[in-house]
Amino acid sequence: MSPSAEAVVDIRGVRRVFGDRAVLNGVDLRLHQGDVVALLGPSGTGKTTLLRILAGLDAADDGRVLVPKARSVVFQEPRLVPARRVWRNVVLGSRHVRRDRSRAVRALTEVGLASHQNAWPVTLSGGEAQRVALARALATEPGLLLLDEPFAALDALTRIRMHDLVAELIGRHNPAVLLVTHDVDEAILLADRILILDGGTIGVDVTVDIEKPRQRTDGRFAELRALLLGRLGVGQATAAAP
Amino acid sequence: MSVSELEHPPVAATPPAAVEDLSPRGGRSRAGVAWRTYRGRVLRILVPALLIALWQASSALGWADEFTLPPPSRILDAYGELWSNGDLQAALPTSLQRAGIGLALGVTIGLALGLFAGLWKIGEEVFDAPLQMLRTIPFIAVVPLFITWFGIGETPKLTLIAAATVFPMYLNTYHGVRGVDKKVIEAGQTFGLTGWRLATRVILPTALPAALTGLRYAAGVSLLALVLAEQINALEGIGYLVNNANQNQRPDIVIAGIGIYALLGIVVDVLMRLAEHFALPWRPRVTIG
Repeated sequence: MSPSAEAVVDIRGVRRVFGDRAVLNGVDLRLHQGDVVALLGPSGTGKTTLLRILAGLDAADDGRVLVPKARSVVFQEPRLVPARRVWRNVVLGSRHVRRDRSRAVRALTEVGLASHQNAWPVTLSGGEAQRVALARALATEPGLLLLDEPFAALDALTRIRMHDLVAELIGRHNPAVLLVTHDVDEAILLADRILILDGGTIGVDVTVDIEKPRQRTDGRFAELRALLLGRLGVGQATAAAP
Repeated sequence: MSVSELEHPPVAATPPAAVEDLSPRGGRSRAGVAWRTYRGRVLRILVPALLIALWQASSALGWADEFTLPPPSRILDAYGELWSNGDLQAALPTSLQRAGIGLALGVTIGLALGLFAGLWKIGEEVFDAPLQMLRTIPFIAVVPLFITWFGIGETPKLTLIAAATVFPMYLNTYHGVRGVDKKVIEAGQTFGLTGWRLATRVILPTALPAALTGLRYAAGVSLLALVLAEQINALEGIGYLVNNANQNQRPDIVIAGIGIYALLGIVVDVLMRLAEHFALPWRPRVTIG
């Protein structure tokens, strides 16, 4: 990322009010191509609201929101259409589905599921379905990739493999990425920059300058984790790593 | 970390009262396993066969009057008679045509209204309340009215069947469309799907099982309505055969006619299950029969 480059995401003063509570109260954020930014925080702090505004699924009440037209989302659930075969799910939004089959197969190959292209979603395991969702998100070559707790529903072993896969694919496709998560380790493993929403604005904005691949055993990793957990209001005693 | 090897205490011959012994007891006989495996299939055939045998025996042993309840053998003779004089071959197509045309009309209307009310808010607001009200009317109750309105020809018969089949089709289609997972629809929207493409790629394929269930119900109802419609002064068809036989005091032919209605019901159900099986390959375990 060079400071002079054009930002692909540029939001200023975004507000979103539910009832009489401003969940987002003046959020500013600029993302450039290749930025991998994690948004941390406990439930109810507006992380997902911000992601939905960036996705165009929810409208801000106030402020300016500029995002790329080509953007895609991986949700916590795979959200595949059960009545369409895997490859058709990958090119779900395409104008010419049949013509784009080779693109679907390429995307499935990247997530190691080319052999499942003709399968029905119901026959996939949770991890496989989530990899299809990832293939679907990347097949459109998005300028902005939004990840809404995409690993939260996976078992621990599958999650580790998915972390590696996502890191590899992000490096290859180089979109701007916003990862919403409540897992501090996951944020440190994957992101170059970590934000914490606090009281409706971005309260913490740290750059992660540990070279990849990052090890949990690295002293700087533990130091950053302690810092972030402290800012999230979780003391060291309870934050001891398993 | 170290684990010290504990010496196992000796197992008591009789476990204490708080312990339940769930160890396998052995002695699972081959015959027992075979019986458990095939019991369902055997009983499904055996029980109806026993009932029919009992029915046949009841008149042979003089338990039932052979005139009021003719035995199965007499019913078979009645089928032979209906076939050899050509009545059955004339009546069956007429009845099937009535049910088919009425069903096609009702299903088309029900499907169109269900899609309209499911996909568009305005459709729901306009059609749902009146249809929910009309649906509570037992269609049998409107028969006299239909005779007044449409006379005693084919029109009231077809109208009755169509009217009866609209509702199961409408309700299931409407609920099927409304029941599509909002989260999946939202995912479609993030990939740029709107309007027609969102409907044809996400909503309609996912709602198809419910629509087919509606069709299956409607097909069953169409036979029910057919029986009723054919009581209205029919001059041909199965209902005519049954009414005629009734006046001529031929209970064997009446029962034979009822048997044909029952057979049609089974055939329609099997056809619908087959249709579901082939139209919904993505659903787990859609079984035939």
